[in-house]
Amino acid sequence: MPKRLLKGGRVVDPVNGRDGVFDVLIEDGRIARVGRDLAADGALVVEIPAGCVVCPGLIDMHVHLREPGQEHKETVATGTAAAVAGGFTAVACMPNTSPVNDNAGVTGYILQKAAEAHLARVYPIGAVSRGQMGEQLADIAELKQAGCVAVTDDGRPVATALLMRRVLEYAGMFGMPVIEHCEEQTLKGDGVAHEGFHASTLGLRGIPGEAESIMALRDISLARLTGGAVHIAHMSARQTLEAVRDGKARGARVTCEVTPHHFVLTDEMLGAPVPYDTNVKMNPPLREAADRDAMRQGLADGSIDAIATDHAPHHYDEKHVEFDHAPFGITGLETAVSLSFDRLVHPGVITLARLVELLSVNPARILRVPGGSLADHTPADITILAPDRAVTVSARTMRSKARNTPFDGWKLRGAVAATIVGGRTVYVNPEMANLRI
Amino acid sequence: MKKDLLGIADLSGEEIYRILDTADAMREIGERPIKKVPTLRGKTIVNLFYEPSTRTRTSFEIAEKRLSADTLNIAVASSSVQKGETLADTAMNLEAMAPDMIVLRHACSGACHLLARICRSRIINAGDGMHEHPTQALLDAFTIRQHKQRLAGLKIAIVGDLLHSRVLRSNVLLLTKLGAEVCVCGPPTLVPPGIERLGVRVSIAVDEAVAGADVIMMLRIQQERMRGAFVPSLREYFHVFGMTAERVKRAKPDVIIMHPGPMNRGVEIASDVADGPYSVILEQVANGVAVRMAVLYLLAGGVEEGSHAEAAA
Repeated sequence: MPKRLLKGGRVVDPVNGRDGVFDVLIEDGRIARVGRDLAADGALVVEIPAGCVVCPGLIDMHVHLREPGQEHKETVATGTAAAVAGGFTAVACMPNTSPVNDNAGVTGYILQKAAEAHLARVYPIGAVSRGQMGEQLADIAELKQAGCVAVTDDGRPVATALLMRRVLEYAGMFGMPVIEHCEEQTLKGDGVAHEGFHASTLGLRGIPGEAESIMALRDISLARLTGGAVHIAHMSARQTLEAVRDGKARGARVTCEVTPHHFVLTDEMLGAPVPYDTNVKMNPPLREAADRDAMRQGLADGSIDAIATDHAPHHYDEKHVEFDHAPFGITGLETAVSLSFDRLVHPGVITLARLVELLSVNPARILRVPGGSLADHTPADITILAPDRAVTVSARTMRSKARNTPFDGWKLRGAVAATIVGGRTVYVNPEMANLRI
Repeated sequence: MKKDLLGIADLSGEEIYRILDTADAMREIGERPIKKVPTLRGKTIVNLFYEPSTRTRTSFEIAEKRLSADTLNIAVASSSVQKGETLADTAMNLEAMAPDMIVLRHACSGACHLLARICRSRIINAGDGMHEHPTQALLDAFTIRQHKQRLAGLKIAIVGDLLHSRVLRSNVLLLTKLGAEVCVCGPPTLVPPGIERLGVRVSIAVDEAVAGADVIMMLRIQQERMRGAFVPSLREYFHVFGMTAERVKRAKPDVIIMHPGPMNRGVEIASDVADGPYSVILEQVANGVAVRMAVLYLLAGGVEEGSHAEAAA
């Protein structure tokens, strides 16, 4: 691969204290140098358009790629195509596939598919328990060796306090965080929407925020007991955020993420504009305005560590049913950047540097994977953003196999210009025709 | 009116009164020796029932037949639902045969909204999950108006399992729209969170709720509610919330007692109250036919078909 020099972009690289116009020299798939007015010295010069931002590659630490077993929803190939189109150079995929990723065979299969697709990096996350059944621990050393970076029983919580205690202790041995889908299952019951006025008037069974926060409190207590690291996935309720803040203040090793839909939407969407739209059915559910606003506050004040999409592709047929019968989840990879710009950066809730921390620096730190920085000699995983570019979300033209997004037709400001993985350009925004990267 | 009747939420006060006034005219048809008018001749109506129902289905069918519509009934047990067909596919198949209206009863809230998005046929909600049962609320309002000559300003107590009741939701929407003063009452375990935002008072004391009431509306409590720990036992429920003659005495002397059925005697309502002088429960059933005739007629575009309107009246 020839040397390339990205010239004239605004580099936002918080880890290295950079926010300004710098050049980035890429050589042999790695970042050779970042500096002002670097000489081309035989490198192919790429002019970064004015207003564009060069930052460390974005990492989505919570996606469902559905392969193996549910290839009608998504595959590793289509999921990673969606990832790079969304600006993500790496994704961490959840183990609730069929069969469950609870052994090296499944982990290896996912990595093989990722290598074949050759787009975004894929970091598999292994199951906490065998078959995610909540009884016996999975072979976590084997999972680690095969390439898993964390463990979770996502889709459901770690079944018992005892098992959670054990996995915090055991996975801690390998430096792997335990990612937890917080849900007290008896309190959730057969709920399908946030418990409150909107669910009540629409006759939908409710799930209170406490179903999430009670489990988070359990897990944070156990993180303190064991010294293990727990990461709270897709946080939605303000009570959970309080629990996380309190845990952090007391020194627990707890981190958390929030999805774009939980900092953008509320349960008002259940009734309008499309009543009972199954594309607003997700778990945890969209909560009320006070929760949504608390999430924005948590993103701004640093209590929330990461933005992750919980990309949950489903087939059209599966969503084209009664609200009660539809599966939970929406896609997220191809809308996260635009929603984050439009709802967080442009209104001044967070800075651009903070956005890079939430989408790149912190996910890399929590999962202990490379990236999150444009340091010399590190792999050239780079995302180029176009913060002011207008976007109309179009489900039809997404790279994901699935179309289940509530954001179809939304007009937003902020786009992905290009995505570079290991020095190789894997995505260029087709609407930015003059961009040659 | 809109294309479909999915819920009281979609109706204006004016539209509600138009339905009630039309039902007044329809009631007279049921008193004739030959209870049939040609109003909906040539119209095809499908009664698509995914939940068992005796009263509502029969009431719709009688209403349809009195208006001379061609009706057919599809009940869940005999349909291809058993073979795994989705509601959307069933809807598209029915749609291919071009019925004019589909009356849907379904266990899932919002099922009729899904159907309405798929079908050109007009959809009438005959009860969807815990959401709405608009024709029940309309016939309740019709019955109240018959007895009280008005709805505005009346004190109405609704007592029972509020959480799981579509009748509750439709009635609250309708009665508050027409200016009644509504108090809903049940154990806190069975109160939908945030319901007070619909403009009703929430009470957990039945004696207080019925005090001075013009109307007491009872809601059914289902046996299986004990499993979700909503109530300890039906015996205790009757003790705390059951409508007894003693409790009825706290209401106005001319109170009327209503129940959408099916009743659990000795659980939410004592038999002597259900069968007593204040009870209008069977009148509700009788009025159901007239109200459903009115809804069918108006949805079929009654106003434009002036001659038929005269025939009906």
